[in-house]
Order: sequence, then structure tokens, then C-alpha cells
Amino acid sequence: MLSRRNPQLNKNGELIHLLSIEGLPRPVLHQILDTASTFLSVNDREVKKVPLLRGKSVFNLFFENSTRTRTTFEIAAKRLSADVINLDIAKSSASKGESLLDTIANLSAMHADMFVVRHSESGAPYLIAQHCAPHVHVVNAGDGRHAHPTQGLLDMYTIRHFKKDFTQLSVAIVGDIVHSRVARSDIHALTTLGVPDIRAVGPKTLVPGDLREMGVRVCHNLEDGIRDADVIIMLRLQNERMSGAMLPSAGEYFKTFGLTPAKLALAKPDAIVMHPGPINRGVEIDSTVADGSHSVILPQVTFGIAVRMAVMSIIAGNEA
Amino acid sequence: MKILIKNGRVVDPASGRDEPADIAIAAGRILTIGQVSADFEAQRVIDASGCIVAPGLVDLAARLREPGHEHEGMLESELNAAAAGGVTSLVCPPDTDPTLDEPGLVEMLKFRARKLSLCRLFPLGALTRDLKGETLTEMVELTEAGCVGFSQAEVAIKDTLVLQRAMLYAATHGYTVWLRPQDGWLGRGVAASGAVATRLGLSGVPVAAETIALHVIFELMRTTGARVHLCRLSSAAGVELLRRAKHEGLPVTGDVSINSLHLTDVDIGYFNPAMRVTPPLRQGRDRDALQQALADGTLDCLVSDHTPVEQDAKMLPFGEAEPGATGLELLLSLALKWGDRQGLGLGATLARVTSDPVRVLGDAIGSLASSAGRLVEGGVADVCVFDATATWTVTPDALLSQGKHTPFGFADTGMALPGRVRTTLVAGTVAHELRA
Repeated sequence: MLSRRNPQLNKNGELIHLLSIEGLPRPVLHQILDTASTFLSVNDREVKKVPLLRGKSVFNLFFENSTRTRTTFEIAAKRLSADVINLDIAKSSASKGESLLDTIANLSAMHADMFVVRHSESGAPYLIAQHCAPHVHVVNAGDGRHAHPTQGLLDMYTIRHFKKDFTQLSVAIVGDIVHSRVARSDIHALTTLGVPDIRAVGPKTLVPGDLREMGVRVCHNLEDGIRDADVIIMLRLQNERMSGAMLPSAGEYFKTFGLTPAKLALAKPDAIVMHPGPINRGVEIDSTVADGSHSVILPQVTFGIAVRMAVMSIIAGNEA
Repeated sequence: MKILIKNGRVVDPASGRDEPADIAIAAGRILTIGQVSADFEAQRVIDASGCIVAPGLVDLAARLREPGHEHEGMLESELNAAAAGGVTSLVCPPDTDPTLDEPGLVEMLKFRARKLSLCRLFPLGALTRDLKGETLTEMVELTEAGCVGFSQAEVAIKDTLVLQRAMLYAATHGYTVWLRPQDGWLGRGVAASGAVATRLGLSGVPVAAETIALHVIFELMRTTGARVHLCRLSSAAGVELLRRAKHEGLPVTGDVSINSLHLTDVDIGYFNPAMRVTPPLRQGRDRDALQQALADGTLDCLVSDHTPVEQDAKMLPFGEAEPGATGLELLLSLALKWGDRQGLGLGATLARVTSDPVRVLGDAIGSLASSAGRLVEGGVADVCVFDATATWTVTPDALLSQGKHTPFGFADTGMALPGRVRTTLVAGTVAHELRA
């Protein structure tokens, strides 16, 4: 059953695409995190470049808008000495009616070596990975609600950096989990790395009971959800969810699930607060917390570049 | 033409006959079953040695894509597929373009199918104009044109008042209303709610989408007196509600698709668009309940839910891919596979795709009600001769349908299926013969 094999691994179990954290063995995650730490120093050098991807073309295919993620992928690829081509597909081919796979075929004909893909539909990078030329590598930069594996990995890097050991931690993920690809990738990564206590926290409209099947404890109350937590991952509340049938208003959300200094005091004294950005101050997180001593939101961004360098260099080195 | 089918094992679920016998056919009808007299001079002899001689299959849900979607299927290609699958009668839903809400369209479809003489075609008329759920269609006119019932296809009527009136009006004339129970609002996801949809980040269709619709339908049946056929149940909870409704004595029947009968959401794997079907594939316990309910008769029949989908419409991310799968050529094999797993005899297995669907159609098919889906002397010679022991591999080349996508494709499942149709007769004419 050929197609049932995890499409991101080759026959030797080596990573050839990064599509999801689900199904990746723990040693692969550690390999990525260890490689990332060697790249962290590159970012501090005067000449911030290593030649690992010299002569390779990395295409950033963003079918959905993004500034931050695209930029960090671009920086990561450039620091690996790759040629980077940014395609804002949302504004070009797709709007002319070209199909996803036709776009991919055309770009493959331009001798792309790697596609970094963001798409609004869950699973789109799988379709691309299954239909692109065998030497082309695919990195999922976020697909629908499904996965955002490099974000998950940089979150793990951050947690490892500040907490060292995963096996004693309590991690709370707070917010719109049902629509969040970040949450799914975090949950898979935390589970794989042996975190014993993962909590999904939010109102029932955003944190349905089904999530238990992913191995998390579901809490519908912020106080219970973050009590004695070592790590709090706040998720961005998308504008379109702030009013309507999911939530009545941003104000009421902040009142019930916004992270304030008073609520943060329920967590462990050395708890860290994370956020994938961009943050909505006063909606999911109070400014005092976002800018306070527990916040590691900016280190996350720095680590993100090293983690993306690690992912790109590892998959480029493995053959399909 | 006079045809003699020799040396086969004749299995007729309706009469319980299961014995070696010959069948003599003349003028489109079955003359004799058993010992054919020596003076019967056949122009054509079909040697059915080692084969089962059964009634032609009756499929209550097959889309032919005409008119309007000819790029996905043509009457001729899809009726050829039916014949290749041993299907001699089929019911097609009204969701063509334009929809089957005008008697002229129905007459045209019937006329063209008759000219091809590959399979008997029984269209369902649209219950409401353009399936919009607002205005009733001319059901009497449509019935005179050849419709055997009225359906909303995949489009739920959101306005319960319209549904109630449609059922009242159909009941006035004794027409059956065919409904796929799915709430119009809760049913908007792309995969069944559950662990797989949650994990893959696919929007879910909860079981409640089916059970809420069933509660509404049953309640309206109690007050309107309408007879309802429920199309393609998908959940254990839905089956349980149907069981209770039948026990209560409501005039209701139900079917299940080959996809829901054999597959679960786990088969979606890594976003395989071939698994995008409606209703969505549910969990293992639902599939087990469906298999059991089809065996105990709670579900009356098995349907192919044949929906040819063009290649381009499937080469898309899961949620954007067009739902549907080819099925006419898989119906017999998947019925046999189910029957075998349930430990049913061949007769009991075949009943769900022959005599039981004809019972569901009832008077709507006129005099055919007494002979389609069965083998009786004097009845129409719609016959399927198949080799129950032969297996075949589902590949695009093996299918005559224009639709090549199926969850049972070999590349996806590596699955070989039992049962190969050798010869199909419709009204005593050879509609399909397996090339040697």
C-alpha cells in the first residue's frame, strides 16, 4: 500500500518533505532542534551565511497572505545561500484560474528545488508533494487548519531552550484551537516529545471535546487551564471569529480568556508565555503580559529563523 | 431473439431458488427455468458453467451526469458501465443541469436510454423546482413522464414548512419522497466529525446532521402520511432511528452506499481526494452498524451511489475536491464482499441489490414490479451471469465509466474484489459481455 506510507519520509525514514509533525519520530524532531542550535550562532555572525543551499532555488508559494512567516522563510533560505523566489499566488495565477497542480508543474519546469507552501486548504502541501518532481522538496508553511510544522518546531525549540526537559512539563494552549494549525502542530510535537500534561483551553465553540482524541485535556475555564502550568501558548484570535456565532465580542473574550497579570499568577512562578504572533493586544493577551518578564514571544521569532534553516538544510540533504 | 443460458447455478433471491438450471428466453421474456425442452431452438447459447445466473441488479442511486455534466459522464458511457456491472435497472437522482423538474427533460432522458437499450432507467423528479426548496414541481406531470419518485438529491430543504407541504402533496398522489437525511446547516463540512477530521483539520459533519434530519422526517411522516425512502444513511445512530421508525410502522425504507458500507474516515489517509464522498465516511462503529443493518433488513438495499467525477475536479486539496466516486461496476463485487463477511448466503446477499430495491420502488415501476429484480417464468429477461469466484483489480483501465475515481482503486487500497460479470441481459438482449 504505497500511498499509505508517510509521504514526508523516504524509505530509510529520513525527512524529505516537512508536511506535518504528526508521525515524525522523536529522533527526527531532536535532530531538527539540535541542527537549529548550530545555526543560531550563524545569525550572530557578521557574515550571516552558510553555503549549504548554494545554487538551489527555493520558491515561496503563498496561496494565502502572510508577511511574517514568508519573511522568516526568506531570511532562512538566504542565510543558507539559496536563491529565493517569492510568489504571491493569491494575487496571480490562482486568480487567473490556473489550477494548483498546473502552477506547480510550471514552477517545477523552472527547476525549483524546494517549495515553501502556504495554502488555505488543509492537506494542500500533501497534494503538491505527491505530484511534484522527485527531487523537489516541500515545506508546509501552514495549510488550512491542519498544520504549521515549522511553527510547532520553533515552539519546541523555545520550550527546550527555557525549560530543558519536556518530560515533566505542563503546557496550556489557550484560544481558538479548533481553527488553529499552530495548535495541532504543537500538540503533535509536545506529545511526541513526551510532555505528560497538555491542556487545550478555551470556550466550547473554539475548543470542542473532540480535541481529547488528540491526547489533550480540554478545559473551558482559563483559571483551571493555566493553573501550575510551566508553559502557556496563547493563540491569535482571528478577526472573523471575534463576533458572530463563535464568540459574542472581543471584549467578552478578553474578559473570560484573555491572559492578564492576575491570571498569569496562577501559573508556575517561572512559567513562560508564548504566542505565534501577530498578537492582538487586549484581545487574547494583556500588553503587560506580552511585554513582561514571562514573555518569550520575541525569542520565538529569532529561533524561528534557525529552525527553518535546520528544516531546509536537512530535507535538502535527503533523497526521495 | 431466443437465448438459452446453460449449465449455470440459478440464484433467485425472491423465490429462494438456488439450483443448477437452464433458462430459456424468447421475445425479451423468460420462457422456462429448469429443464428446457429439447425443441427450444436457441439462436444464442450462453454457457454459464461455473457461473451464477442471477436477476439483473437494481441500483437505486446512480448519477449519469446528463444533461449538463457531459464532461464527467455521458448516458452511453454510464449505461455501458451499468451493463458491465450487471445492473439492468437504475434510478437516477434529479441533480442534473438543468434539474429534472420538467416533464420534457424526463421524457428525453427516458427516450435516449430506451434507444441505447443497455439498462432500464428510472428517473427521480425534483421535489422542488431547481431543487431550491421553495416551489413544488408538477409531480403528476413528471410521474406521467416516467418519474418513479421525488427527491432533493443532495440539497436539503432548509424550510421545514416547504418540506411538510412537499410531503403532503406527494402523499396526496401516493408518490414516494426520496430524502437524504442531512441537516442543511450542520451538513456543511467536508469529512465526518471525529478524531480523523479533528487531526487533519477538516471541517466536520456531525452525526447530528443526520439524526436531526431523521427526527424531522419521521415527525412529518406521522402527520403527512407520506411514504419516504431514505437515501444513504451513514451512521449507527441514524440506523437505530430507522429501526425504531420501522418498528413503529412508518412507511419508510432506506439504503446505504457501497462506500459507507466498506470504508471509514481512517481511509482518508493523507488527504486522499478519492475518499471525498457524500455522505462523508464515518467511523468503524458506524460502518459495522451499517453492515449489520443491511444484513438484518433495517436497511433495505445497497446502492452504488455512482457519481462520475472528472480528473481535474479530484486533483485538488481534499476540501476543494468534488465529492463522488464511480460505483456501478463495483456494486456486485462489494455486495458479495459484504455478504461473505456477514456469513450470508448468495441469495440473501443478492436480495439487497435485486428484489429488495424493486420492493422499494413498488407500484411506481408499474408491471415491472412483479418481475424486475427476480427470475420468473413469464417475467422480463433481465439477467446477470457472473463468476463469483473470479477476482478483479480495480484500475482506471478496467472501468467503462467515464468516472475513474473510486476509493476502491487498486493504487489506494491494493484491493482485489470478488465477482466478475460475464454477461448482462436486458429485456432478453445482450447488453454486456466480458471480453475473453
